Amino acid sequence: MRRVLAAFKIALRALFRNKTRAFLTMLGIICGVAAVITTVSLGQGAKAQIEAQIASLGQNVIQVGSGSVTRGGIHTGWGSAGTLTIEDAEAIQREIPGVVGVSPEVRTSGQVAAGNANWFTQVLGESADYFSIRQWPVALGEPFTEQDVRSVNKVAVIGATVADQLYPGEDPIGKVIRIRNAPFIVVGVLASKGFNMFGQDQDDVVVIPYTSAMKRLLGQTSLRSIIVQAAGPEIIALTQQQITELLRQRHRITPDRDDDFTVRTQQEIAERATEASETMRNLLAGVAAVSLIVGGIGIMNIMLVSVTERTREIGIRMAVGARGRDVMLQFLIEAVTLSAIGGALGILAGVGASKWLTYSQGWPTATPLGWILISVCCSAVVGILFGFYPARKASQLDPIEALRYE
Amino acid sequence: METNAVIRLEDIHKVYQTGEVEVHAVRGVSLEIRRGEFVAIMGASGSGKSTLMNIIGCLDRSTRGRYLLDGTDVSELDRDELADIRNQKIGFVFQGFNLLSRTTALENAELPMLYTHRRLSGREQREHALKALELVGLAKRAHHHPNQLSGGQQQRVAIARALVNDPALLLADEPTGNLDSQTSIEIMGVFQRLNDQGITIVMVTHELDIAHYTKRNVIMRDGRIVQDVQVEKRLKADEELERLRREQQAVQLAP
Repeated sequence: MRRVLAAFKIALRALFRNKTRAFLTMLGIICGVAAVITTVSLGQGAKAQIEAQIASLGQNVIQVGSGSVTRGGIHTGWGSAGTLTIEDAEAIQREIPGVVGVSPEVRTSGQVAAGNANWFTQVLGESADYFSIRQWPVALGEPFTEQDVRSVNKVAVIGATVADQLYPGEDPIGKVIRIRNAPFIVVGVLASKGFNMFGQDQDDVVVIPYTSAMKRLLGQTSLRSIIVQAAGPEIIALTQQQITELLRQRHRITPDRDDDFTVRTQQEIAERATEASETMRNLLAGVAAVSLIVGGIGIMNIMLVSVTERTREIGIRMAVGARGRDVMLQFLIEAVTLSAIGGALGILAGVGASKWLTYSQGWPTATPLGWILISVCCSAVVGILFGFYPARKASQLDPIEALRYE
Repeated sequence: METNAVIRLEDIHKVYQTGEVEVHAVRGVSLEIRRGEFVAIMGASGSGKSTLMNIIGCLDRSTRGRYLLDGTDVSELDRDELADIRNQKIGFVFQGFNLLSRTTALENAELPMLYTHRRLSGREQREHALKALELVGLAKRAHHHPNQLSGGQQQRVAIARALVNDPALLLADEPTGNLDSQTSIEIMGVFQRLNDQGITIVMVTHELDIAHYTKRNVIMRDGRIVQDVQVEKRLKADEELERLRREQQAVQLAP
């Protein structure tokens, strides 16, 4: 133990003597660890953001889209097939027990105008349940009601961005908004939700009763999709299955044919969305890990130079009684110290870089503790692994040869 | 008689294998050196004296023969055991001083204690090293680095380092080889003082006048001892230095 302590002292002293070199050697490890930490932090931050946004879609949400991803070998788009009807939505509401909210949905986009201002935005036709399903309260005014839907009223709830564009500095409640030249009355302004994971402004939207949208704007009878809210997370799978059975029956689909609709749960949407970001994160972390190994090779290189350079010193130490093990320990500790200090600085740099990215670029980051531990272990292992060969080489030197070395 | 021998070599052989050629560096040396002796091993280069020195110093092992150092048979020890023997029983002084650069004289003197099994606190190590430096008259320069010291002073640091573990034997390999004649005599003076205190010294040299400061000369040729004599007209370093000083004064006084 005392000899280990002595070896530690010698190693530290040797590193201090060559501060510049020690720092440059460490730089490889610092960059490697910092890169790992930063990419993982970014990935983790993005993942957390996506999860938050998936959650903002509402709780226990099941989406039923018209059309199927593959139908008879031909791919068709989401919501394009025109196979879902209002009656389907009503049947789901009526016949499936665990359903607490249903919103038939149609979508279009177009010019909206108020006074002299105009704006291009997305128009959603929804039921009154939509606001509770998506947990999206109004900041001003009231949401439209079941009555508005049944009466096909020309009322609109507008997003914060639309409100800003059309009614800057005014109270939009009670004002007229012309949607594709059809006049609607603004009854509410939605609370701001910000951007979603694809960078879209979720507040750039106008929500009107689906009946009004279908009759007054689109003139169509089919739905794009149906948003269904289940009573609890434990019945989502069951509800999903029941919806599928109900719709197959209603659409008279024989068992040998594919669905003409798609039922997706929020879980699946979340998985699909995070999958891509996780793949990206793992790829980047892999690249960063390679740089960690490169840093380790840097350490090995410098340690080999150091062993050659200090051959005489090794000879002297052996002559006065250092065993091979003592010499090996000295160089191993030097390598591990280099990589450990490098690792610690790398963590600081990585966390700092993540924080800076959040601060200056607004990118969400989160540094998982597990990954910090992993990088600490990695850098220590790199030190031992790449320090071992030079250290062993030093310990096997012949004292006579080493003393004679110029 | 047996217990009094610090070194006892019995028919030592050393054969090097360099490529396909076998070099027979030492061919059957038997030698006994007792406690308190001051021996110079002499010979031309290639005579095998350095090889013998390496064997005596436990840096190398003989191919054949038996070597008892301070009563321990070291001919069969492995690398680690030899390292321990070097640490505990032998102090080395080299021709090129071999101090660690950018390390103070004191730290250099402390070096062998880093590798001892004895438990010494940092303060005790420091005290031991300082005492050794005092012994060679260099206590005032304890915190100087080797490049701030003259050749003679560096060699004194090396001697202090050799003494710090109280070895049974002080081995010097051409200790005056890199020094001018006056400094050489000063260093021999240090050795003589240490020898007077009872320390056994063996040195290798090819300088005849340096050998005259020792008590016994062993002369080697072609791997064998050809002569082993006690020094009759032994030079005293102090007297020689005094004489040198007077001569120099005379030269300066002369017009």
